[in-house]
Amino acid sequence: MFVGLDMGGTHTDAVLIAGGRILRHYKTNTDPEDYLGTVTRALEAILAGINPSSIKRLNLSTTICTNAIVTGRSSPVGLLLEPGPGLNPALLACGQKNFILSGSIDHRGRPTSPLVEAEIKAADRELQQAGIRHLAIAGKFSTRNPEHELAIKEALSPGYDFITMGHRLSGWLNFPRRVFTAYLNSAVAATYSSFAAAIETFTTKKKLPVAPDILKADGGTLSLEASQSLPVETILSGPAASIMGALALAPTWQDAIILDIGGTTTDIAFLAGGVPLYEPQGISLAGYPTLVRALFSYSLGLGGDSCLQVQEGRLTIGPGRQGPARALGGPAVTPTDALITLGRLDLGDKAAARQGIAELGDKLGLGTLHMAAAILQQMAGEIARQSRALLAKINSRPVYTVREVLAGKQLQPAQVIVIGAPAPLLAAELEAAFGLPVIVPHLAGVANAIGAALSQPTTELTLLADTEQGLLTVPEEGLREKIPAGFNLERARNRALELLRERLVRLAPEVAGTELEVVEEQSFNMVSGFYTTGKNIRVKVQVKPRVTPLKGDADDV
Amino acid sequence: MYKAARRLGLVFFPAFDWAISPTHPEREERLLYTQDQVLEEGILDIDGIYEYRPRLATVADVERVHVCVPDVMSRVTASHLIAAGGAIVAAEAVLKGEVDKAFAIVRPPGHHALRIVHGARGFCNINIEAIMIEYIRRHYGKKRIAIVDTDCHHGDGSQDIYWHDPDTLYISLHQDGRTLYPGTGFLDEFGGPNAFGYNLNLPLPPETGEEGFLYALDHFILPVLADFKPDLVINSAGQDNHYTDPITNMRFSAQGYARLNDRLQPDIAVLEGGYSIEGALPYVNVGIILALAGLDYSGIREPDYSPARVAQSSRVSDYIARLCDETYKAWQQRETLRAAYVRDKKEISRRRQIYYDTEGLMETQEETTLVCDSCGGLTWIDSRTDRGRHILAIFIPRDACRRCQEEGHALFERASAGAYRDGIYLQDRVADQLLKK
Ligand SMILES: [Zn+2]
Ligand SMILES: [Zn+2]
Ligand SMILES: [Zn+2]
Repeated sequence: MFVGLDMGGTHTDAVLIAGGRILRHYKTNTDPEDYLGTVTRALEAILAGINPSSIKRLNLSTTICTNAIVTGRSSPVGLLLEPGPGLNPALLACGQKNFILSGSIDHRGRPTSPLVEAEIKAADRELQQAGIRHLAIAGKFSTRNPEHELAIKEALSPGYDFITMGHRLSGWLNFPRRVFTAYLNSAVAATYSSFAAAIETFTTKKKLPVAPDILKADGGTLSLEASQSLPVETILSGPAASIMGALALAPTWQDAIILDIGGTTTDIAFLAGGVPLYEPQGISLAGYPTLVRALFSYSLGLGGDSCLQVQEGRLTIGPGRQGPARALGGPAVTPTDALITLGRLDLGDKAAARQGIAELGDKLGLGTLHMAAAILQQMAGEIARQSRALLAKINSRPVYTVREVLAGKQLQPAQVIVIGAPAPLLAAELEAAFGLPVIVPHLAGVANAIGAALSQPTTELTLLADTEQGLLTVPEEGLREKIPAGFNLERARNRALELLRERLVRLAPEVAGTELEVVEEQSFNMVSGFYTTGKNIRVKVQVKPRVTPLKGDADDV
Repeated sequence: MYKAARRLGLVFFPAFDWAISPTHPEREERLLYTQDQVLEEGILDIDGIYEYRPRLATVADVERVHVCVPDVMSRVTASHLIAAGGAIVAAEAVLKGEVDKAFAIVRPPGHHALRIVHGARGFCNINIEAIMIEYIRRHYGKKRIAIVDTDCHHGDGSQDIYWHDPDTLYISLHQDGRTLYPGTGFLDEFGGPNAFGYNLNLPLPPETGEEGFLYALDHFILPVLADFKPDLVINSAGQDNHYTDPITNMRFSAQGYARLNDRLQPDIAVLEGGYSIEGALPYVNVGIILALAGLDYSGIREPDYSPARVAQSSRVSDYIARLCDETYKAWQQRETLRAAYVRDKKEISRRRQIYYDTEGLMETQEETTLVCDSCGGLTWIDSRTDRGRHILAIFIPRDACRRCQEEGHALFERASAGAYRDGIYLQDRVADQLLKK
């Protein structure tokens, strides 16, 4: 049996899945003052009377880190930066104490100016005096050579509670994002670690045979243990849970649009040949762009509870939410009221809903039923328009090779998969607005918890080899090793896959046999004075992202 | 986060799968480290900086500028069309008002490609700036355009294409042709009879430093631009003046390039040469991007920068001061000089030899232009190569007067196909078409 839990901003959903069916579903309000209480309450409910030994997987998606950041309830962080020459680093100083250190590394990973020990010592003293226990160290091009980041750490006093090293976060280049990601990781470490400890206590007490895995924003999971050094990876995993849920409920090999229609927002995501699209760089949170890999998801301020208004003879929907539907005692009329008026939804005070819709209709000279229909049509139209705009943007993303320009590959969705509570009620309007078949999977209302339950571990790794220097670097592993003469792309690819396999065994032993793939590989000749002096090789590998289909072959689902 | 003071469009096309040859300066790796630096600095996350996807320029876009022999597709690869298309995408972003400025960081470059194209010259097959500029004029109306070519090599191709065009001012700063390819670009190359003075060359001595370039900008380029009053300024942004460039002898730095662009503020910059792919390009390109976007570029510095590497001798300073003075005076007296040059001639001819270094090909051109006071003038070129090709190319300019148009068509009708074994071409810019017989 699989357990999935998705903690959203307002609701927390938990499901228990066995034999390709949802055995139990539990929904509760998320208590922002007590996340742990919320999680344990949901798990207690879902596990009541179940033999713990039959639980094969326990996956959690939590907003705890997101919330700590958004509400500013995070630990003070001391930031040690080595920006070297380049863009003015003043705007990167997001820590409570910030130190700009001397030293620099270039794009090939060659140190071009040294660290100054006295500066690090002075920073250390100041941090100690201020009582700051959480640090983040980030250097420009540290993913090409982490030796300066490591030397900075080495020069500090021992005994800080938590130190994030920039090069361990991601192999992607982007110094500002590395700085912010390192900062956020250290800022939430304490909050996250107390949450993780409590979850561990819970599973031990319940005698569950599996350790929980935590959902990441890329739609994969990470073991609870591994997540404690990378808590930032757990931010904003909610949309990923929904997308993976949609995939589990309606597997496809086509290009598709996924809509998750909620109360306040509609999240829009895309599948390319059945595989979810990623954010090109990383997700942004509370104004900080990060290197946290995430599935692409756009949040449109339009949902069942969006407030409806008539302004200058025109109907507007959202983006605000003033409360629940009029039928449930809310102040503003909402699309949910339109659904109630049309008899598609049996909920709350129907007369109040009808009254609200009629008032809007009066301002536009429309009868009540016409008004309700027009609201839903407009809502679907706005969702379709925004989806098309996103698609146009995605299809004009830059490419860097002749082959790609000539191929001109375009995403052309053939279907729309819709999840979220109002999904089945809006299918007809959406079909008309998109001009595409709309699929509303059975259980669309709990897709996110299903997605959490069925997601599997993912991890990635970047290998850079410089045969002129005779060095190989894998930043995510903090690895830097010598390579023999004759090292080439093929050997680099094999080494990268081997290292990824080892990483996967360490992070998620239960899926060690899973399929790995090469995402990107390049090999460039380096030439000096018209002679080839070596090769610059770059390989990116990942665990192929996937989800256990709800009614697939896996008999343990 | 960072916010650009001016919105900047970037077209970044490193062509990671295209090279002239594995060890050629113009190879796959050329923009690799620039991309690394741009990504690592987080440039693409800056609010107000937008990256655009390049597209292919069409054959018609190329034929608006060039006569390719025997035709466009046998003279270019996809990469050339993407470099030109990338420049067009950059220009359109500006002309549509989506951004204030744009920078096309594309390869291969184009400023050595002349009007007639028999092959590659100086790594260039087609002139990507000229294709962009004529695309702008075709789709966004008549514009006065100034090209400031800061590549270390003289842009003989751009000079040739705009030789007869008084609406396009071509200014080139380059290392003296007596010391560097292509060996042209002297003061007396002043423009054709109907555009005399609209082609300005400033041949700088080897070892010109930071100071010399900025002096030329302040004392020559900016004053000329103030007189010409262009609607658009294009920078042919060659980066081979850098002190680390392996094929030139100048002493310019990334700071220098950034400061030059900060003061010049071109509407569109298009990458040309620059072959110090590790020591210069990453820093120069980032410096230019920041300067164009109105961001602080004072922290941009090469790892091996020192004031001594960009210093110039007082002999060089004196020489440049005289050069600027002389060239600016010639510009101011262009009307008088033109009258003396044209006198009462009806047509003016020149004969030259053009060397295609990549294929070791020699072309001989006999070029004739009608002297015309109301347009750029009809021009025709009899072109032969030492491989036995022989063509006649007739050029009717964009805003040709009635007489020049009629004469052009009459010449095309009259010329006998038997006399030119590889064809007779008529580039009719009024009708925007290329005819061949
Ligand atoms: Zn030049
Ligand atoms: Zn050049
Ligand atoms: Zn004329």
